[in-house]
Amino acid sequence: MAKLRMKFIKEEQAAWISHLDLMRTFQRCFLRAGLTVKHSQGFHPHPLMSILLPLSVGQSSVCELLDFETVEDVDTEALIRSMNEGMPVGIRVLECYDVTRPVRELKVLHARVEFEYDGGVPADAQEKLRELFSRESIIIQKRTKRKAMADVDIRPMLEEVLFAEEEDKLILTVRVQAQDPGLNPALLATAVEKELPELKPDFVRVRRLALLDGAGAEFR
Amino acid sequence: MDKRLERILPRVQKPARYTGGEYNAVMKNRDEVEVRYAFCFPDTYEIGMSNLGMRILYGIMNEMEGVWCERVFAPWGDMEEEMRKSGMPLYALESGDPIRDFDMVGFSVGYEMAFPAMLNMLDLAGIPLRTEERTALSPIVYAGGSAMYNCEPIAEFIDFASIGEGEDSTVEVIELYRRAKREGWDKPRFLREVAQIPGIYVPSLYDVSYNDDGTVAAITAKDGAPAKVTKRIVQDMNKAYYPAKTIVPTTEIVQDRVSLELFRGCIRGCRFCQAGYIYRPVRNRDPELCAEYARQACADSGYQEMTLSSLSSSDYPGLLPLCDELEPFCEGRHINMNLPSLRADNFSMGLMQRLAKGRKTGLTFAPEAGTQRLRDVINKNVTEEALMQSCATAFAGGYNAVKLYFMLGLPTETDEDVLGIAEVANHVVHCWRENAANHNRGLRVTVSTSWFVPKPHTAFQWEAQIPKEEYERRVELLRGAMKAKAVTYNWHAPDTSFMEAVLSRGDRRLGKVLYRAWELGSKLDAWEDYFSLERWMQAFADCGIDPHFYANRERSRDEVLPWSVIDCGVREDYLWNERQRAYEETTTPDCRSACGACGASRLIGRKCDG
Ligand code: SF4
Repeated sequence: MAKLRMKFIKEEQAAWISHLDLMRTFQRCFLRAGLTVKHSQGFHPHPLMSILLPLSVGQSSVCELLDFETVEDVDTEALIRSMNEGMPVGIRVLECYDVTRPVRELKVLHARVEFEYDGGVPADAQEKLRELFSRESIIIQKRTKRKAMADVDIRPMLEEVLFAEEEDKLILTVRVQAQDPGLNPALLATAVEKELPELKPDFVRVRRLALLDGAGAEFR
Repeated sequence: MDKRLERILPRVQKPARYTGGEYNAVMKNRDEVEVRYAFCFPDTYEIGMSNLGMRILYGIMNEMEGVWCERVFAPWGDMEEEMRKSGMPLYALESGDPIRDFDMVGFSVGYEMAFPAMLNMLDLAGIPLRTEERTALSPIVYAGGSAMYNCEPIAEFIDFASIGEGEDSTVEVIELYRRAKREGWDKPRFLREVAQIPGIYVPSLYDVSYNDDGTVAAITAKDGAPAKVTKRIVQDMNKAYYPAKTIVPTTEIVQDRVSLELFRGCIRGCRFCQAGYIYRPVRNRDPELCAEYARQACADSGYQEMTLSSLSSSDYPGLLPLCDELEPFCEGRHINMNLPSLRADNFSMGLMQRLAKGRKTGLTFAPEAGTQRLRDVINKNVTEEALMQSCATAFAGGYNAVKLYFMLGLPTETDEDVLGIAEVANHVVHCWRENAANHNRGLRVTVSTSWFVPKPHTAFQWEAQIPKEEYERRVELLRGAMKAKAVTYNWHAPDTSFMEAVLSRGDRRLGKVLYRAWELGSKLDAWEDYFSLERWMQAFADCGIDPHFYANRERSRDEVLPWSVIDCGVREDYLWNERQRAYEETTTPDCRSACGACGASRLIGRKCDG
């Protein structure tokens, strides 16, 4: 019996797999690899597994974490090998280890956000965005769990934004609060759209780079 | 990933169905491939991926050296709109390449209502719709699947049709195409040659003439095409390909489980049932082999659910040995087995318990008709006694939901037969009162009726569909008679059934109606979301064609039926005789009890398995 944590990549086609479908995919993958995930007790037993900070559909990540419990002890190296043999394109398991740190110690999300401008990055974009993200508060409209729209200030959740340019892309490397509440880096584009509509990108691509603890070290 | 696609996906529902990349999807090197094959299913990904036949042929084709078969499904409306807006042509899921550049485009068409989706997919691909507009050897566009037993309505769009089970003929067709490509044949030469492959029907090689009354006068083969095209079948199910290693979708599909095929064909001989006739004769797969495939498929996919998928799975002679064999394996891996088609007469509680492992889902029965007289007419050899027996056992065992399926408008149906349906429902309620293990949970009986559609290659292929007003009158009659509180009555919206009746027995002249309906916006017409009878009626009016000629007209014995070139193995005489017996209310024994010499056994050159 073990409580394990698995780190995996989710990118390319797999970026479009929803959270629920991803859970199903892992469940089947475990079975293919011959591993039985422990099930909950009770009337409708479900496998004891959970994905930390579910990723929005369409975003990619090199640092997803999945916690699960097993019935037997597991040879993690062999498990990784056999799981990677039968994954959908774009999912790859990197590591698997015993859970030692509680999820609440996960504090910061490190991500790369690409703003694509089909007509080239506007000359003043960097400067204006830098100004925008250093304001006291940045209010955007966000859909709440109850489906209503509410004003949210995303500024307190924003720790750092670095800029770079690459062809028709403005690349933002960001550190944002990961949870309670967490900030979806895609909302930076929402803020731009609201405050600087002329700088609204034609397409936004988000990629998670790392999950960090409060001290800025990798959360494992 | 294609940049246009990446930008479209955030805006459409369920994007994962448009990306490919699933486990076991076959990837090949474009440079090493000689024949690119787009395997098209004219419905959504969720429906198409649930089709076992498609998985079989996908596996067989990709085992061929130099051939790459990729999947293509119909996009949902939102996706189609985005694709058209961004100028993105229909692409294959594996490579993402536009299918207009492929060598062959093969459709799998299981029902007539998918015809408009087929046209729409061709258009979305940028492939000309009509065979005469496609003058080059590539892409060749053809279709297979059970709707091809009468493909006349789409005759002007397809280059040819593959009749029957495609395991062998698909390989032969692709090999011929490969030769044609190497030797630089033109398309007419390829079509003449492909017509020589048994089971291949090339509509353009048959001239159809008409009588003054609109019926077909004659169908004449030319350029050496055979007068009759006999369907192909797999001779030996123990040697037939089974896709034990098959694609596992990353998004939920309709049949999201292992599908285990036990046998092909059906011993029963229900007179209305096209599947029952066209899949003859019965060919069984050995239970040991089925068990082996089941184990392989579950282990490879990681599925924990399995369906026994044959026409009437509980008729399988090896069912008990198969369950014995699989029980320990399924227990160990928490795998549930489902049996979709239950018959009231051979249902046993023991069997049910073993299959469902204590999960007391509802029971489903299809008596099809409300009285014994009418069940005799249609040869649905289920007695009410047997049905009640099964219900009693089930209720005693704790079941409390029953679904009953019936048809309205069957030949010879009277009001008494219609009211008989309500009586059956009442008897089920009564049976529950008498037998239920636990009355506290209450009973749910759902009665559903559909409007009978006469199908080609059945004993009722000459029948008229009853008029819509009459169908609606019978629905009302039945509705008034459904009094018990535990009973819910659902009736099928009639408009689709009417169009099915038109298209399934249509001739070539419906091609222009189909084209017009597509122009007016028909696409995923198998879905209520998209179906519109008004649009079809508009198309009929624009083309000057009367749909009732096809749906509501009784044919005479000597009429040349538009699908008469196609030989499904069962002789037309036999079907006519079955129709006579129907009117005499005489039943015909099932194939296991007594062979009725329908003609199908000549396809295997031995006695049918039964
Ligand atoms: S030949 Fe006889 S046993 Fe075989 S399908 Fe026909 S009626 Fe049934």
